[in-house]
Amino acid sequence: MGPYAREELLACVIARLLRGSRHAAIGAASPIPAAGAFLYKQGDPAFRVSLQQRRAANPFSEGSRELFDLAGQGRIDTFFLGGAQIDGSAAINLVRADGRRFPGSFGSAFMYPMVKNTILFREEHSKRVLVPKVEFVSARGDPAALLTGKALFSWQKDKRRFRLESVHEAGDIRSETGFDYDSPGEIALTPAPSAGDLALLRGPVAKAIAADYPDFAKRVWGIN
Amino acid sequence: MRFSTVEELAASIEDGMLVAMPPDYSMPAMEIVRCLIRKKIKRLRLLGVPILGMCADLLIGAGCVDEIESSAVSLGEAGLAPRFSEAAEKNLVKIKDATCPAIHSALQAAEKGVPYMPVAGIAGSDLMKERKEWKAQGDLVLVPAIRPDVALFHARWADEAGNVWVGRRRELATAAHAARTSLVTFEEKKPGDMLEDELLAPGVISSVYIGGVAPAPRGAWPLGVPGLYGVDDLHLSRYAKAAKTREGFQAYLDEWVLTPGKSYSPA
Repeated sequence: MGPYAREELLACVIARLLRGSRHAAIGAASPIPAAGAFLYKQGDPAFRVSLQQRRAANPFSEGSRELFDLAGQGRIDTFFLGGAQIDGSAAINLVRADGRRFPGSFGSAFMYPMVKNTILFREEHSKRVLVPKVEFVSARGDPAALLTGKALFSWQKDKRRFRLESVHEAGDIRSETGFDYDSPGEIALTPAPSAGDLALLRGPVAKAIAADYPDFAKRVWGIN
Repeated sequence: MRFSTVEELAASIEDGMLVAMPPDYSMPAMEIVRCLIRKKIKRLRLLGVPILGMCADLLIGAGCVDEIESSAVSLGEAGLAPRFSEAAEKNLVKIKDATCPAIHSALQAAEKGVPYMPVAGIAGSDLMKERKEWKAQGDLVLVPAIRPDVALFHARWADEAGNVWVGRRRELATAAHAARTSLVTFEEKKPGDMLEDELLAPGVISSVYIGGVAPAPRGAWPLGVPGLYGVDDLHLSRYAKAAKTREGFQAYLDEWVLTPGKSYSPA
């Protein structure tokens, strides 16, 4: 990795995945998707970012159901979901795995199939997380992409299989991935953040998300 | 309307009741939660509107809960809810896993007085295998109405007419409309009737739905009241760490819950 944090690289990838999006909503505990969305917004001010759990100036005035009502009408085109487990059929599990209990499905069962571009995002890239088959299907759908801390996959809707697009560092990803996927002959490296993107992330983007993700802003950018 | 005390409101919540409570970002009535633990309430059934956080973790850890229906239980940026996780892993509470729009819709059915509401999208989830009462009909799922015994939450203001003001936190209004009654703590008293004020009225829940109100300054602490005080993130992360073990949780209870009044002091 270069002179940037892994979180910054991931935010840059997310900003690229958002190209063409008009309105992204971001759920609980998602500082990297939030950073990516605010980075993308720097170049497209008309792009709307709705942080579901924003503490001040929350975008919803009809309570937390408004997010789902907007999605049900197609007024949100991009959403982010993670999972304790994600499998090769793009199903996600936020409930229980390996005897451990996780928080629960949140709105995923609805948002994943209803929102056009769902970006699956999980920092941990391991066989524990990326499994052949999830133990519990919180939600299933056709994702726009799967981004982990080590790689970016696209989703092949016709084959219902992931395809490796790039890795963030040279290395063997297959041995760390529990599901099978297609892979090009030569695997590209994920482009590093540009100096311009890093300046935006460390300036206006950090400022935009620090109030809602104080621990993250402190850890990555030293903002108190 | 006569204002009650926090203790009186807590006393009117009985063992075994179905209590609807909001997420950490939507003003849970934490002072009443602490009071319920002190009075050793039992067999509560909690409903997350649509998720739950610290209030549920405290009540579960203190042994007050038999059953929980929620779309998630989490401490947000502070991490997993440790007492909930352990209770789930050891099968100490019955968990009815849900998903946010199903709970919103179930409460909306109750507030309209109809038996169920259709919800799109969720038919492909394994939640359907566990929630036998959710009926698939084509691409839709019919979710039965949920009528909580009590909706319990905190509000910025209460007025002399018994109305409460929650601003944009309208899931509290949905819960209040759906529940048999609502018990509400508040930060500050407003003179008169807020429904006579055009600017305040849209954020009001009418006294029609309210069974009791009690003053509790900083009553949402360590969570926040938007525009008044923020979430005490430091306290939350200390709690998340302490509650990882039974002993740590008990020490937290001893210090912050079982000592009345301590919780009002700023961290």
